[in-house]
Amino acid sequence: MVLSLFLVTAVASFTLATIYNLTAEPIAQAREAKRQFAISQVVPEFDRLESRNFLPPDGGDSLEFNFAYKNNELVGIAVNTWTNRGYSGRITAMVGFNTDGTIIDVVHLQHAETPGLGDKIEKGKSDWSDQFRGIDPETTAIRVKKDNGDIDAITAATITARAYCDAVQRAYDTFASHVLSQTKQDGGPAL
Amino acid sequence: MKQWRNFTKGFIKDNPVFILLLGLCPALGVTTSAFNGFGMGLATTFVLLGSNTVVSIIKNVIPNKVRIPSFIVIIASFVTIVQLTMEAYMPELFDALGLFIPLIVVNCLVMGRAEAFGSKNNIGSSIVDAMGMGLGFTLALTMLGGVREILGAYSIFGIQLIPGVTDGMLVFVLAPGAFIGMGYLIILFNYLKKKTA
Repeated sequence: MVLSLFLVTAVASFTLATIYNLTAEPIAQAREAKRQFAISQVVPEFDRLESRNFLPPDGGDSLEFNFAYKNNELVGIAVNTWTNRGYSGRITAMVGFNTDGTIIDVVHLQHAETPGLGDKIEKGKSDWSDQFRGIDPETTAIRVKKDNGDIDAITAATITARAYCDAVQRAYDTFASHVLSQTKQDGGPAL
Repeated sequence: MKQWRNFTKGFIKDNPVFILLLGLCPALGVTTSAFNGFGMGLATTFVLLGSNTVVSIIKNVIPNKVRIPSFIVIIASFVTIVQLTMEAYMPELFDALGLFIPLIVVNCLVMGRAEAFGSKNNIGSSIVDAMGMGLGFTLALTMLGGVREILGAYSIFGIQLIPGVTDGMLVFVLAPGAFIGMGYLIILFNYLKKKTA
């Protein structure tokens, strides 16, 4: 009895270990491809990427900044940002900035929002997130209109829209305190 | 003829969701759209096929007292295989279903068929049973997902039925809609079962 149960578990673990080893490489590739694709959607065409992590001013996990260069000139910065205020937990998104601090575009990376309502933050499901395109966070308030901001909320999913604004705002705050401030001090692109 | 009946029983007569009322957790949870229901159904079919086959092969080697833990180990292994392969080779489908795949382990349909059919019948019948039950489960989930998608988002498999109108009856996308849709489909399937019997 003990022996047969042991044999079942031994065969199962061996099979799983084999499958894990076989799929580890493609899984890592798929995840990297997903990240690369998100970056390429929010910054202009580039030929070189440089990644650095910065801590947001309000604390919490650091954000990954991907500096995109074309012919050694900085063309945009893709920031991997997050929020914990989603309707069902954490939302991660990629925000693309121009060197002057305006937003190029925003795409979501991962979320668990209500299908049919909160998932309108996805580019493929609705054009809601297009309203972030081209805005300057210095002059445009990244809050939903209910909170005296300039962003339209999503019908029946205000919490999700609010959370997404929080993520974009966090990306901008970090970007402003670590990248924009340096640029101003040195009188030119510090990076 | 006997195998054919064995295969087709999963669709109406013994439909796992609407007649046997097994595996209701994924049936209610993932069926926000027809595509999600279809994908979840196929993933479950694969697990069911694997576990039913293996259980019927080793049924004489496993002592009665440890059969349930053994079945669970086998089912969990197949679920993990499905999850890893899907993430590696079908990342888009994994994005849509990834959260729900671990739920297949505790799907009582898989356990129920291993216990009630796989452990008592030969390999051939077990494979046929798993295929029938799995496709019946897929049919049920796709139908429930379809009903909820049509009423909740006015679309089917992501194709808009009325151009320009995207906001349907929101209640059908949310949890209560799953119960309402499920209730009416149970009525329909019991009516069909009575008619065909």
